[in-house]
Amino acid sequence: MATLYIDNRPYDVKEGKNLLETCLTLGFDLPYFCWHPAMGSVGACRQCAIKIFKDENDTAGRLVMSCMEPVGKETRISLDHPDAEKFRKSVIEWLMTNHPHDCAVCDEGGSCHLQDMTVMTGHNYRRFEFPKRTYVNQYLGPLINHEMNRCIQCYRCVRFYKDYAGGKDLDVYAAHNHVYFGREKDGILESEFSGNLAEICPTGVFTDKTLKQHYSRKWDFTFAPSVCQHCSLGCNIIAGERYGELRQITSRYNGDVNGYFICDRGRFGYEAANSVDRIYQPALKEENVSLNQEYIINDIAALLSTSNCVGIGSPRASLESNFALQQLVGNGNYYSGWSDEEHRLNKAALNILQNRTAEIVSLKQIEQYDSILILGEDLTNTAPMAALTVRQAVRKKPVENAQQNINLATWHDAALREYIQQRHSDLFILHPHSTKLDEIATQVSYSTPHEIAAKGFTIAAAIDATADQVIDQIATSLLNAQKPLIITGTSLFNEPLLAAAEAIVKALKKRGKQPGIFITQADCNSMGLAMMNVPPLSSAFSKLSDSTLIILETDLYRNLSTEKADEIMNLPKRIIVFDHIKSTTSEKADIKVPVGMFSEADGTIVNNEGRAQRFFQVFVPKNEWLKESWRWLSLLKALKDGKAIDENLSISNIQSTLVEALPQFRGIEDAALSEDFRLNGQKVPRAPHRYSGRTAMLSNENVSEPKPPQDIDSPMSFTMEGYRGIPPSSVTPFFWSPGWNSVQSINKFQIEIGGPLHDGNPGVRLVNSNSSITPIDFEQKTEKISLKEFEWQLVPVYHIFGSEELSAKAPAIAELTPKPYLGLNQYSLAKLNLQENDMATIEHHGRAYQLPVRLRAEINNEVALILFGLPQTAFFVKPVIIKIRPASNGITNNNSKHE
Amino acid sequence: MLSIIRSIWLTFLHLFHKTETIQYPEEKVQLRPRYRGRIVLTRDPDNQERCVGCYLCAAACPVDCIALQATENEEGRRYPEFFRINFSRCIFCGFCEEACPTYAIQLIPDFEMAEYDRQNLVYEKEDLLINSQGKYPGYNYYKVAGLDAGVKGKGEGTNEEPPVDRHSLLP
Repeated sequence: MATLYIDNRPYDVKEGKNLLETCLTLGFDLPYFCWHPAMGSVGACRQCAIKIFKDENDTAGRLVMSCMEPVGKETRISLDHPDAEKFRKSVIEWLMTNHPHDCAVCDEGGSCHLQDMTVMTGHNYRRFEFPKRTYVNQYLGPLINHEMNRCIQCYRCVRFYKDYAGGKDLDVYAAHNHVYFGREKDGILESEFSGNLAEICPTGVFTDKTLKQHYSRKWDFTFAPSVCQHCSLGCNIIAGERYGELRQITSRYNGDVNGYFICDRGRFGYEAANSVDRIYQPALKEENVSLNQEYIINDIAALLSTSNCVGIGSPRASLESNFALQQLVGNGNYYSGWSDEEHRLNKAALNILQNRTAEIVSLKQIEQYDSILILGEDLTNTAPMAALTVRQAVRKKPVENAQQNINLATWHDAALREYIQQRHSDLFILHPHSTKLDEIATQVSYSTPHEIAAKGFTIAAAIDATADQVIDQIATSLLNAQKPLIITGTSLFNEPLLAAAEAIVKALKKRGKQPGIFITQADCNSMGLAMMNVPPLSSAFSKLSDSTLIILETDLYRNLSTEKADEIMNLPKRIIVFDHIKSTTSEKADIKVPVGMFSEADGTIVNNEGRAQRFFQVFVPKNEWLKESWRWLSLLKALKDGKAIDENLSISNIQSTLVEALPQFRGIEDAALSEDFRLNGQKVPRAPHRYSGRTAMLSNENVSEPKPPQDIDSPMSFTMEGYRGIPPSSVTPFFWSPGWNSVQSINKFQIEIGGPLHDGNPGVRLVNSNSSITPIDFEQKTEKISLKEFEWQLVPVYHIFGSEELSAKAPAIAELTPKPYLGLNQYSLAKLNLQENDMATIEHHGRAYQLPVRLRAEINNEVALILFGLPQTAFFVKPVIIKIRPASNGITNNNSKHE
Repeated sequence: MLSIIRSIWLTFLHLFHKTETIQYPEEKVQLRPRYRGRIVLTRDPDNQERCVGCYLCAAACPVDCIALQATENEEGRRYPEFFRINFSRCIFCGFCEEACPTYAIQLIPDFEMAEYDRQNLVYEKEDLLINSQGKYPGYNYYKVAGLDAGVKGKGEGTNEEPPVDRHSLLP
């Protein structure tokens, strides 16, 4: 602890932090541009100038940049000193000499850091009469809009894009007073984190292009705290609605999960909620006509009470919805939407977390580990934010060295990067193909999934002192690390991989290490569904014939082969699908019932580390069908049982029955405050206090304003009325503070800058790691795969855009989705006598599919890569062995050889 | 008693004052140019819509009676997709006019907009847009904004330098 005198008043502060973040932590308003809590200081913008004094007798003092000055034992500063104030005002005035007169047409307006800082310093009149500098913009793809005139040269964009996120294609060009931030030439930004530029840029140079299609100011949105549904990491997001349409996703700070950022799939995948593929009206397959709500619900209820019903749950539906379906069909009749392989994989992932050998690592905690082994997971594409945190983690050791050797604080960004150069701590990647993280890896090896698992066991054996093995580089590094971390996942559909990861952590544990484990999964609630402990689809077969099958928010054709799925779909008498988006399954159902997507529903999902997180309804859609699945299913249960319908059924009612029936979920009620919570007797408003147009937005329909919708599920109101202060973290719908309209207002919501939110980061870890248990020995589980001539192992390749079901429906994401291809190496191509872009025929289960081939030089001879999750590659649902031959209309030589 | 007589006397005296009452509607009121009456949306000198859909009028409106949605044409020019004022709520305070950065929304000297049906007081963009520059002739926002929205190219606006050559390192 040190004492900091600010304008002669003493404050107890932490030593070693910089003065800017210390002042902001203490609640002072100090303008800044180039500093960012996640990226540290470079002292480039000269905006955060303050006066610092030698001792109490020093009255003259000197001007310093507060972001570059550490807090000493006894530091005396002044924020309000006239010199400092004048300096800050002049800096803004200089920046504004070239800033265009654009605010009215700028998407940043109303949430603009430059606007806030200009007002804060008091600059209000442009004295400079000379012409303004102009720039020509670039096309940066469908996600980000570029308007270079607005730039104030703070360098935050390139510092984030290049230094923090490892991007290559955004840089700074030209020199002195006309530097240019952009690409070498027009083109789509390559980084998976480019969307964060919209939040990082203090002004409107980089803005959200999808928001432009339906633009609203920040003050006009109705926001709700939500959780991203597009991968298993559960990044916290803020979802914004206007005029009954989901319009924007921004990141919501959570110091345990995603920190300040989210990936582009999470940010831009939201348009699926407005896609043409949404199901808005119920339909019967035969007539395909929309039906009256009461009629169809009673019809379904009657159907359910007369026949035996079977339910299929979903890893992308909330816990509450899955539970409501389980209650409706009965415990023994409820199955997960998973194939046997997926079921085993997700169970294995859960078991590893539950058997308490390793520390369960949260997304943000990855940054604390100094030796990381990634076993068969392409993080950049399956769990993008984990790749971003791994990029920070590999800097941990060099940063520590810099601290020890030259006494550089961690926030001294430019100096640190200069000192560290390309050095990084150990990262090992074992994967079938090259990944974007390879560039920062110590060692990479490409092999088949089974070989990776076998290699994992070798590492475990090498670590295990009892085994007399050749010392392996990876094993040595993990053993020497202070905190070793194993990252693996389910994306390669390979169970031995998970077993190998477990073996390594057990071995490390035996050697007295505290290893961490991080396992990624496929869907946003995969872990929740695994914890529900329900049998997979295959167990349902015996019960299906002549039954009524209810399928909840899942597409069987994505999880099972077409033949298997067809078999399931043909057995039942009636099939009812509850889903928000059209899929092969929903189109084949007898009755499809529309339900609310995450923006129209309340629910809890469990992320890959077992953290239950609550997402809140953003708005009440006009369409009365769009309610939570659990609400419909509970209503059906009441009708089926002949009980009274509870009109006021709230999420906490269903949560309490859930916890009673499934005690492993005890704690989910604490993931968010209950609906009874009030602050000064008031609800928390979802809309900012400047929300406009209330008395006009619906007046074209009826000049008398309707009663605002009531929220029975949360302590938040759907309007701007309610408590005006900083709400508790779990029900913070948006970040705003007086004078801080931009996302930078987050500083006011944290206990200390970059630390947890005021009453703790939201979310409850349901699986607790208690690593006091001594591990038992691991057993080696590997399979051998033998391939015949002209057979290859098909291995999935994931792409951030397109491989995930929901986000793929968003137009901007669809534009970036790659074309399907079959990846083969030089040897395989030569063997097949194929050239790049030739068509190849894949034979699988007696069917033939055609795909163009692409050269992937790095992969193994036995491996063929295929893009996962696209409609064209839907036949591929798990790793299989396939036969490949050149397509008959392509090159014809040697075709007969293998036929 | 005395006060009643005094009141009667004062009222009597008014018979000889100049009359303030006018015979409206036969006789029209003379309104000053800056009278805050009916709200209109004006056009710029090129006869294009001045409104750029910045939402500032809506935010400034104390009774929240303005709702609009901004959209863009292919050239990037922003304009309101719809613009609705609920005059049954409007208090004619003129804050919207003050907030407008483009002189688009203006209050004019006209108050004759009474209706028997309240619903008819909801005005859409077609009802608000006039073929005139209103009180501020000559102003064209897109000529002074940095944005290229089809009105002028980058660097061709008022008080702008030609675009920077980003491949140059010359001073």
